[in-house]
Amino acid sequence: MEQLKYAYYPGCTRETTGLEYDASLREVFRVLEIDLQEIPGWNCCGASSGHATDYWLSHGLAGRNLALAEKMNMDIAVACPACFLRLKSTLHEFKYNPVLSQELPDIINIPYSGRYGVHHILEILGSLQEDVLKTKVKRPLSGLRVVAYYGCYLIRPPELTGFDDPENPQIMDNLLEKLGADVSDWRGKVSCCGGSQSFTLRNEVIRLVSSITEAAREVEAAAIVTACPLCQVNLETRQNIKEPIPIFYFTELMGIAFGIPSGNWLRRHLINPYRVISKYI
Amino acid sequence: MTLITLHLNEPDIKLYKLDRCYQCKACSAGCPFANVMDYLPHQIVRKTQLGLIDEILKSRSIWYCASCETCYTRCPQGVDIPGLIDFLKILAWRKGKETKQTGHLLFNRIFMDEIRRWGRQYEMSFLLRFKFTMRDFWGDLKLGIRLILKRKLSFLPPANSSIGEIRNIFRRTGWNN
Repeated sequence: MEQLKYAYYPGCTRETTGLEYDASLREVFRVLEIDLQEIPGWNCCGASSGHATDYWLSHGLAGRNLALAEKMNMDIAVACPACFLRLKSTLHEFKYNPVLSQELPDIINIPYSGRYGVHHILEILGSLQEDVLKTKVKRPLSGLRVVAYYGCYLIRPPELTGFDDPENPQIMDNLLEKLGADVSDWRGKVSCCGGSQSFTLRNEVIRLVSSITEAAREVEAAAIVTACPLCQVNLETRQNIKEPIPIFYFTELMGIAFGIPSGNWLRRHLINPYRVISKYI
Repeated sequence: MTLITLHLNEPDIKLYKLDRCYQCKACSAGCPFANVMDYLPHQIVRKTQLGLIDEILKSRSIWYCASCETCYTRCPQGVDIPGLIDFLKILAWRKGKETKQTGHLLFNRIFMDEIRRWGRQYEMSFLLRFKFTMRDFWGDLKLGIRLILKRKLSFLPPANSSIGEIRNIFRRTGWNN
């Protein structure tokens, strides 16, 4: 993890529902002087329909991105946990299933050897040395009570994701504490928000989202912090309560603590974030 | 290891380690969609062991699975239930009308077709096609307008210069339409 440059896989939500995430994480990487180079010509990884549609097609779509990054001679940094799991899963199959490792280069028509790793943005930023962060934090988030929400694909299944405990992960909690925030332990951190069923089982998803926001309310959190663009939009759009809780990307809070101008991304939130964040910007 | 089962019409119980299951029901206890499933995850495993695949394909359960991986993570025996359910979804797709029809098959079909057309997901087109085919015009109309006003849904398709390469992946894996 000493490498200071990555091939960046933004994922399809980058220009749409997850634009706050991309905007803030690029700024954070710039300040930290870690080079993010977008993979040229990347394609959709197929999540979440590909793996339920066809084995070869889903590994072909994810595998093409892996091979493009290999041409750049860099490990991959992935923004979205769903994309992260798809890329990891194809890398794993490529390594352990000889039939796929033989066929994949032909399917994508690009040579591929599987020698570079796949990391999630949270894994990279969460393992920064404390003194590196300390020099960058200009406006500590003192008094901002938040909960860290991990959802599914950052931590499950652990043999693929592998960078934190699947039942009680800590990496985002620790990172937010280093920014000065008041981070609460809570019962909702690894519950599924139902994001992939948001348009197919709407009422059930509203029930799941309500139980997560209730859990955040129990510990009097002013905001929920996530590292997933699918969770962020699902949690912001399926809240069915009077005073909705804003949902931040952890990179937005990093950016704010670093003193980076945040207006560009904060005003794109569906739930007004200024009520809880205005005194830090 | 899904590969080998693709040539079978029934899942090989060894591949997903289904033969290890001792019906402790930890999977069903933690499943976020258990309350709307007709067969619970532990029952899907048992029915598969017994070869009762058609009964599962006629039920809603596999489509209500959100692939959250909680069951697999908590299974003391390492049974890959989400992997099995993915296989059953692929099987259901191939069997078509004999299986339970929910909106999910259509969702997946349109989702993959958007990737074939554009190389990336074109949310606006995807949502309009899905909502119109489901005849669900009003359910999320307000939400859609909010997303457009925040410029979070684009009217323009995503640009991708390598669309030919991506369509070739569809072609080489047998997905021409």
